[in-house]
Order: sequence, then structure tokens, then C-alpha cells
Amino acid sequence: MKIEFTLNGEKKHLDVHAATRLLDVLRGHFGLIGVKEGCGEGECGACMVLINGRAMNSCMIPMGNLEGKNVITPEAFCQSERGRIIEDAFMEAGAVQCGFCTPGFIMATASLLNANPDPDEAQIREALSGNLCRCTGYTAIVRAVRIAAGKGAGAC
Amino acid sequence: MSKTYTSIGKAEKKIDALALATGSRRFVDDFELKDCLHCKLIYSPHAFADIIKIDESPALAMDGVVDVLSYKNTPQILHTSAGQGFPEPSPYDQYLFDKVVRFAGDRVAMVVAESPAIAETAAKKVKIAYKLRKALFDPERAMDADAPKLHGKECYTPIGAAYDPQRNLAAEVDLGFGDLKEGEEAADIVIDETYKAHYGSHCAIEPHSVKTYFDDEGRLVILASTQVPFHVRRIVARVCEFPLAKIRVIKPRIGGGFGGKQEVLLEPLAALVSIRHKRPARLVLSREEVFRNSRTRHPVRVRLRSGVKKDGTITFLEMDSLLNSGAYGSHALTVLSNCGSKVLPLLNKIENMHFLGRSVYTNLPVGGAYRGYGATQGYFALNQHLDILCRRLDIDLPEYIKKHHIREGETSKIFEALGEGKTGVQQFVNSCKLDECIDICTREIGWYGKRDKKIRSGDKVRGVGLAVAMQGSGIPLVDMAAASMKMNEDGSFNLDIGATDIGTGSDTVLAQIAAEVLNVDLDAMIVLSSDTDRTPFDVGAYASSTTYISGRAVRKCAEKILEQIIGVAAEMLETSSDKLKLSHAGVKDPASGKRIGYPEICQYAMYSANQFQIQAVASEFVEESPPPFIAQAVEVEVDTVTGAVQVLKLVSAVDCGQAINPKLAEGQIEGAAVNGISYAMTEEYIFSGNGRMINSSFKNYKIPTAADLPEMKTVVVPSHEPSGPFGAKSVGEIGINCPMPAIANAIYDAVGVRLYEAPFTPEKVYRAIRKQQEVQ
Repeated sequence: MKIEFTLNGEKKHLDVHAATRLLDVLRGHFGLIGVKEGCGEGECGACMVLINGRAMNSCMIPMGNLEGKNVITPEAFCQSERGRIIEDAFMEAGAVQCGFCTPGFIMATASLLNANPDPDEAQIREALSGNLCRCTGYTAIVRAVRIAAGKGAGAC
Repeated sequence: MSKTYTSIGKAEKKIDALALATGSRRFVDDFELKDCLHCKLIYSPHAFADIIKIDESPALAMDGVVDVLSYKNTPQILHTSAGQGFPEPSPYDQYLFDKVVRFAGDRVAMVVAESPAIAETAAKKVKIAYKLRKALFDPERAMDADAPKLHGKECYTPIGAAYDPQRNLAAEVDLGFGDLKEGEEAADIVIDETYKAHYGSHCAIEPHSVKTYFDDEGRLVILASTQVPFHVRRIVARVCEFPLAKIRVIKPRIGGGFGGKQEVLLEPLAALVSIRHKRPARLVLSREEVFRNSRTRHPVRVRLRSGVKKDGTITFLEMDSLLNSGAYGSHALTVLSNCGSKVLPLLNKIENMHFLGRSVYTNLPVGGAYRGYGATQGYFALNQHLDILCRRLDIDLPEYIKKHHIREGETSKIFEALGEGKTGVQQFVNSCKLDECIDICTREIGWYGKRDKKIRSGDKVRGVGLAVAMQGSGIPLVDMAAASMKMNEDGSFNLDIGATDIGTGSDTVLAQIAAEVLNVDLDAMIVLSSDTDRTPFDVGAYASSTTYISGRAVRKCAEKILEQIIGVAAEMLETSSDKLKLSHAGVKDPASGKRIGYPEICQYAMYSANQFQIQAVASEFVEESPPPFIAQAVEVEVDTVTGAVQVLKLVSAVDCGQAINPKLAEGQIEGAAVNGISYAMTEEYIFSGNGRMINSSFKNYKIPTAADLPEMKTVVVPSHEPSGPFGAKSVGEIGINCPMPAIANAIYDAVGVRLYEAPFTPEKVYRAIRKQQEVQ
């Protein structure tokens, strides 16, 4: 089927099978490698992107659901002012170890701060609960979100 | 130590953090290869069977299917998949593909196709006929005369260690000192308990991945998600019968390892596809395959028997460890050895000690290296045993450990008696701040206000628990690491290291060590790691070795560079080297007040007079393995009605010597501690009746999210290891060893039930509470 959607600010027209995963389109068709596959079952969050401002697992999104949607990937998000603030906060907090999960966590952070610019610790932990990290133990990641929120996460 | 450092001890940002955060640094599967073939493995549904027939024709008849690999068309070379030093201490008991399958999940064949979808569909069309054999699931029965035998006489151990496939014995260690009988006679009480550590999965978020291709010089390039690039090169060359000189292994960014990628599982298969078809090949496991078909933590049953006098003196200690190696013997000897060698030296005053360890084959998933590497399993037993001992004698546990643990200046007979696959090395402990670690834990957890208080709120009761551990820093007389450096005319340095950063931050830590020696900013270091064509050798990322051994190699290499820099500066300033002093990125002559910067020095060496490249190579091989120490304390709340246990707080206090980068060191401890908590609370392999793991997804094998965790406090205690690079010891593994025993001890403190087996699920705790109520 023919799909029209916005990807990182640009209108895209694709002719794909409706069941094709957004993850495969992003990585395979557009070469956007910041989106990672950790489980393929919507559990780990490494493939998260922002769809209309909300973090979602791109491995669980069939292209057929994407008509008219606005998709932002980690690559483009990190070019924005908010993206740079969050990314700096992750580095400052020591929240990046292997880094495989980090782009997904940054998407989840962006989604949280879009909805709630001043989250408390419980709200942060809840908002990050769709992302798995095996390296950090999460302490540094939670700290990073607090730092980003404290800097008034900027414009998206 | 009051020395002021410029880079050591600073929480520098990880040098690859920015590129990782934006997603631009590439992992294996991020490399695009044109005309790539895609591979899909086919696995046995049976625990133990002979393959009678493989009919590839329905798969090969499909459009886009290129090949099917099996025992019929691949080299039949016995080897071990364990990525260890050569010859490996693990038995040679595996083929790439075999005619026999030995666990539900063992590999049978591999389809090669033009796309992942075709490969997956074709994999279902390959027809395989099996003749089932009676399977062996109980490690306790493995050595019985009538037990099914997994392996034949052709299997062997290349180092000549104890090994007997006719008894399913993958490894055996039997040693001791003193006289157990004498010890028993001197004892007032004997404590004899058995503890069981269970299967676990590493759960690195990046699945095992490999891509292979021939470069424009006709050499085989292997892009591997590995902890051991040099072992990959050696093992692929051997099992694929392909010249080592024509193989280049490149390790890009790695999405976590924890031991799971210290295993050469996929690389030979993708390499064979490229060799057979002269095309790039891709083999990436699904999450389910990582759970079912890669490697696991070895389950170990540990029986501890000890005799104790009323004053707490242990008169003898006997450890009997039975390790379930699963279908193959990967790391079977060394994990077993570490169950004793990393654990027993902690109590070095015991005069009569015996360690009997046996690793046995079963038709279950294969164990392997996993953070903690036997010590985790051993400390689960020892720390509960000490808690039992102290309760029996009414002694305070923290004070007891402080009185009896190994101290600075002391040694243990175990160090010398038990190494990795051979005898060990005598060594003395030169740094030990375990007392401080224990004090921090008891203070932070509120030990003396909460222990034995059973603070109750409705149906819920609180308790506190403590556990301690030591680990090592590399394998003495085995591990080797090397570094090479050269200087550039802007004052920057190429630092090429074999050491393998798998997400730990070792590129950053090693760059900090070089930057410290040369007195430059961290960004003057251009780090290239783990490319078998470009960097010198290193055994890889395992055994908590990188900071200590690779760090020593880097320090030595940087010192050689420094000597050359000062030599050139002396020539330029027309003075002698010994009169010069180092200043930030430059050299000064205090007598004349003149200073020249590194760029000028390098430019002079390159272009002006007596030209030469300022460069050096150094390698390091160590005779000791200084142990880091840790204490971890928890507070739990147990629901006496449902059996649900909530961990409320975990404190970790670690002596890792001088932390080269405290933020990264804390990150290692926090990550390991959280893995330790979930290993204790939720993680387990659930098997069907035929030995098939049935919870092979993140949904059903529960690892924690940020929302599931207790309050965490992590303290890196000031310490200095004289033999370490700038005082450093290791920190990568130790943090996983204590959460499980500390939680078990805390549950006992709360509700008085002893849990000898984890995970501590509500069902298990509920049953234990009920059983205790029935007894009472």
C-alpha cells in the first residue's frame, strides 16, 4: 500500500506492505541506524522513535498505521535544542555505557518531558519503564533525566 | 596516597558517549553490506537425539535460498566455543554441526538465503528425522553408571585436565590442605548445608551478531559482537580451515557482553558462508535464540560443611561443588575452579580445607562465562553459611567477617593451589579495605537498628542482610595485553590497544591512563581498539582484566613515549633529559625557564634533525591478580501472607583500588548489582518436561526496568593497589556476587526462613513460610 508520512521533518511517500515494521523501514530503507533492534517484541525499547511526540517501539508499528503521522528518530532529535540538552545530560550523568539502548532512552525522555516538563523521580522511573538497560542499573539514567529536566529541556 | 593526578580519578565523559547517544557509532548490524547473504539457524526440538536424515531439498527449491549448511558439508573439527587463551582449558567436545543433538536448542543446520524472510521460511522447510535417545536432566545423576552418556571417547581436553566423557565428567578439581578429621574433632558444632545457584541469561541488549565479507585485498573480514576478537581469529582459522593471516576481526561498538560474548558461536558459521559463496554474510540472533541457544550462567549446587568452635573459629571447611555444564563443556573447568579459588581465600585463617568440584554434562542449555564466573555461585553459598554460623553462635555477622577475612600482607594457600585450569600463583594481598566497605554498609542500611528487630507493618516484616566478596584482576601467568602508541605533530597520540571495550568504557579508562603519564588532556588520545590487523594482541574483555592488565600495558607504553619526548626536548633545548620537567602537553627546563610544547617536539622529530617517529609498543603479563573487595547490604520487606519480597534498599561499598574513572566504576557496580538483584528475585530458566526453555522472551524472563528497583547507594572506597596502574584493581564483575546471598540473609532476618535456592519468588517464600509454620 501507499503510505505518506513525515520523517524527521520531511514528507515521505512509500509503497510498502502494510505489515512491514517501521523499524525495518527506518533501518533498511532510510539507513537510520540509531534505531536498534534488541528484542523485536516491544519489550526493550531500543527501537523507540517519537510518533506525534510520543515514544513508541518501532518494531511494533506496522507501516499501515503510519499514514499522516509525524516520525522523529534519534538522529534528527539530537539535532534539536532539546535533543542536545538531553544528550548532554546523559553524558554528564554517566548514563551511557554500551550505548545500544541509549537512543531509545533519549526518545523516552523526550516523550516524558513533552508531557511533563518537571517530573519527580517516580514519574521518571515510570516513564522509562518501557526501556531495558543491562549495563547501568538505571541510577545514572534517572539522574540524566533529572539533569535534562532541570535545564528546562528546550524546544523540540 | 596524596598524589595529585590530572586525569586519573576524574569522572571524564566516556569518549564515545556522544556518538553512541546520537546513534551514529555503529554496532555490527549497523554496517551495511551490499549483496549480503542472510543466515538462519535450525535447532533441535529434542534434548538428546541422533540425526537420521536431513532433507534440504524443499528449502533449496525455494527462490532465493542459496545453501544449507549441516554436518554434511562443513569441517568436522572438535573444538570448544569458549573464547579463552590457547590451548583452552575447556574440553574439545563440539563440532560446528554434529550428527547428534544434545539439548533442546542445539544447532542442526543453517539456511543461507537472499533475505532474512526467505531464510526464516526456508528454515521451516528443511526436513529432519531424529532418533531419540534417553535424556539426562539431573546433574546429580550424571555420573551414575546407567546415566545416558552425552559425549564419546573422541572428545578430549587440550590441556590434559581431568576429563572423562564416559562418566559425563567435563571437569574435576580436587584439592585441599590440613586434616579435615582433625578439624572436625576440634569443632563444637558442624554446619552442613547445600545451596543452589540457578541458570541465568546475560541479556545484553544487543543480540549476538556477526557480519563477514572479503575486502578488496581478498582478505576475510569478520565484524563481530565479541569480547574476544583475537580468540575469534584463532578459532575461526582452525575450525574453518582457513589461513589466520587472511582473517581480520574487527570489533565495532558492542552492546554489552557480561561474558555472553566470550564465546565463539556465530563467527565460524558466517565465515564459512562467505568462504563458500564469496559473498558477505549476516548472522544475527533473535532474542529467543539468545535465551535458548547461546550460553548461560552455569547452575552450581554447593554443599558447604564446616566445623566451628564456640568462639567462631572455623576448624575445617569443605566445599563440594557440582556444576551443571549443560550439553557442552564451555568454561566448565574454569568456572568450577573460580567457585573455589575466588571464594575460599576470603577465609584464609582456616587450617583444614578441602574443595571438591565437578562439572558434569546434562542435556540442558550450555553454561559459559557470566559476570562473576563461579564466584557468584560460590558466594551465594558462603555468605549464607556465615550468616547461619553467626546466628547459631549469636555473633554479629559484620564483626565476624571483619575478624576472619583475609587482610593486607596476608596470603591464602588456595591462591597457590587453585588456578584456572592448572595450579595457581602464590600471592599476598597488598590492598584490602573490606572493613571500611562493611562499615559503610552497616551504617547506610541501619544494621544495628534493624537487625533481628523484625519491624512489622501489618502483614509485612522487614529484615536486613549483608554479604561480602572478593574477585580477581585478570588471570595471573595466563593473560597478556599489549598497546602501541605514536605521536602526531599536533601533539595528539594514536593509542592502539587490543583491549576490547564492550560498553564498559575501557577505551576511556585506558586513554586516561595514557593521558596521565603524558600530562595531556583526554582528547589528545585517538583510541583504536580491537582490530586484529591494526592493534596489538590482547586476550580480550574477561576475568576483570582490562583496567589492571591492559592498563599496565598502556602505562608502560606511554612511559616509553614520554622517554622519547623528553629525549627530543633535551636535544632541542641543548640540555640533558634529567634536567627537564613535564608541564601540561609540553616539557620545560626549570634552569632556563624555557618550555616547548608537544607539537613542536613532534614536528622537530619528524622534520628537523635526527628524524624519527616517536612511537612505542609494550605488552604486559602479570604474576599476580590483586582481588577487589565488596560488601553489599540490603533491606527487604516480606509479605508474610503472599510471600512477596520487596527489596527496599541496596548498598554497595567497593574497594577497587584507585578508580581510574569513578563515574564509570560506579556504573559497573550499579549495573552488576541490579543484575544481581534480578538474578535473585525474578530471573530463571523454566523448562518443559523435555528440557526446552519455555520463557525465552523479555516478557517471560523478567529483567528489571527503572521502575522495579530499590533505592541504591554505591560507594567507591579510597584504596590503592601498589601493583596496579596508578593504584587500580578491577571492578567489572564483583558487584554481582552479593545481592543474592544478602537478600537471602535479609529474608531470614525478616521471617526466619532460609532459602537455599533462588529466585526468591513469592511462591517459594510463601511455601517456606508455610513449612516453617507447620513445623512450629
